[in-house]
Amino acid sequence: MSGPVGVERAAAELVFDQATKRYGEGEPAVDQLSLTVPAGEICVLVGPSGGGKTTALKLVNRLIELTSGDIRIDGTSINSLDVTELRRGIGYVIQQVGLFPHMTIEANIGTVPRLFGRSKQWIHTRSQELLELVGLDPSYAKRYPAQLSGGERQRVGLARAIAANPPVMLMDEPFGAIDPIVRARLQDEFLRLQQEVRKTVVFVTHDIDEAIKLGDRIAILRQGGVLVQYDTPEAILARPADDFVAQFVGADRALKALALRTLGELELRPAADGGPRLPRAATLRDALALLIDERAQTLVVTDDAGTVVGSLTRDDLLR
Amino acid sequence: MNALVAAGPVIPNFGQGSRCERTNGWWCTDWLHAHWGDTLQPALVQHIELSLIAVGIGFALAFALALVGVRYRLLDAPIGVFADFLYTIPSLALFQLLVPLTGLTVTTVEIALVSYTLLILYRNMVEGLRAVPADALEAAQGMGLTARQTFLRVELPLAAPAIIAGLRIATVSTISIATVAAFVIPQGLGRPIFIAIGQDLFKTEILAAGALAVVLALVADGLLVFAQRVATPWSRAG
Repeated sequence: MSGPVGVERAAAELVFDQATKRYGEGEPAVDQLSLTVPAGEICVLVGPSGGGKTTALKLVNRLIELTSGDIRIDGTSINSLDVTELRRGIGYVIQQVGLFPHMTIEANIGTVPRLFGRSKQWIHTRSQELLELVGLDPSYAKRYPAQLSGGERQRVGLARAIAANPPVMLMDEPFGAIDPIVRARLQDEFLRLQQEVRKTVVFVTHDIDEAIKLGDRIAILRQGGVLVQYDTPEAILARPADDFVAQFVGADRALKALALRTLGELELRPAADGGPRLPRAATLRDALALLIDERAQTLVVTDDAGTVVGSLTRDDLLR
Repeated sequence: MNALVAAGPVIPNFGQGSRCERTNGWWCTDWLHAHWGDTLQPALVQHIELSLIAVGIGFALAFALALVGVRYRLLDAPIGVFADFLYTIPSLALFQLLVPLTGLTVTTVEIALVSYTLLILYRNMVEGLRAVPADALEAAQGMGLTARQTFLRVELPLAAPAIIAGLRIATVSTISIATVAAFVIPQGLGRPIFIAIGQDLFKTEILAAGALAVVLALVADGLLVFAQRVATPWSRAG
């Protein structure tokens, strides 16, 4: 998929530099936000409503214009570009998806490539490829959005956002309107997708668990659009910057931290007999839950094929 | 009214016509055969012309007004009231008002016919454009479509079912009202009806011209339904 200028770009570094949005004379919605999202990483903006997460996101593609400060993509200020040109280079996914009801799935996915002058054939090939990538049957290409479920529509929304291979993606509570089971699956598939496409992603959610699961880094915003802490999920769970963050991530943050690590990351003891078994890929949290459930002290760890590779005790998990 | 009496063949001739004609029968096929070419067919063609021009101009005007009404919400109510007002004037009264200004001309007829199309076309266009989902518009904007591209590729196609629905009503009612044009000009399917009324209510001619108007309306409506199905396949999906 090589293409003309503007279509084929590697992930870009995204920098918020004192970015501020103020409506009239009132309190700022986003207050001097400064943070750097390294190329190819997922930055989750999280916080209570009124925290300015969505405003901060929309500043990037200029759906909302900055009052002061700057935002740069690979060193280029967003204000130095033509606004439509800027937006075509940024994937945009919203909660309500916003598929065009009168266009087939293929035409929806081809929206931005078409703006770049791509041929029908190119768009056809690309949409087949993308449907597969987001876990939908390529036969969906000829359907209309009304014929898809909510989860399927959001997969198409994702495919549409990456169709022209933008270096930066903005995702505004993309899974917020989807039921919990499908949401978890979409989150997993989004992470798998991100392994392949490696975009620089700004992801807005109000769900701290979603932030911990998806974020390479999490930015916690407080009322008035103030950045309270910007760090990796592990660091935020281990060392909340203040009471607000501690309260926001929840009293169970120790357990949440356990969910971030897998058994394979620990040093295993020699294999033991008996006891519950879990594969290496299981999280410490699942392992602990299982031990408590089974009233056991020792866990047998296997590889993906089920072969025993070692064991762990309760204390090992909590160390 | 002079125009009505002066022009055209004198029909029917009760003295020389068939028995059916002499007794003013309901459906004299021999008269129909004899006068299709010189009376009914030209009237039908004129009727189609009058209606097409009226709906065409009405559509263009209503579209321009709808663009204004959607963009500048404050103007929507005044435009709507104006179209309402035009719609409520009885057609005969409107002709009377216009004749001193524009004479016994096609222009007079078209001004009246166009006036009646505006309300339904305008309302449907505005409703259709307003009903475009906000999320689709946000997505379009966020993906970098220009305002013009958003209008042509997203708003207009999504408003099409409502617009075509308005077009159907406007077309059918225009075809119906256009028969009254014969009060002003010797054209359209109203003319044979008026002539027949003037000649002891010759039933065959009244019925035939009336039936042609009905069939024309039905055919036009059918064509528009077909056009909508072709143009908006998505509206039946789901």
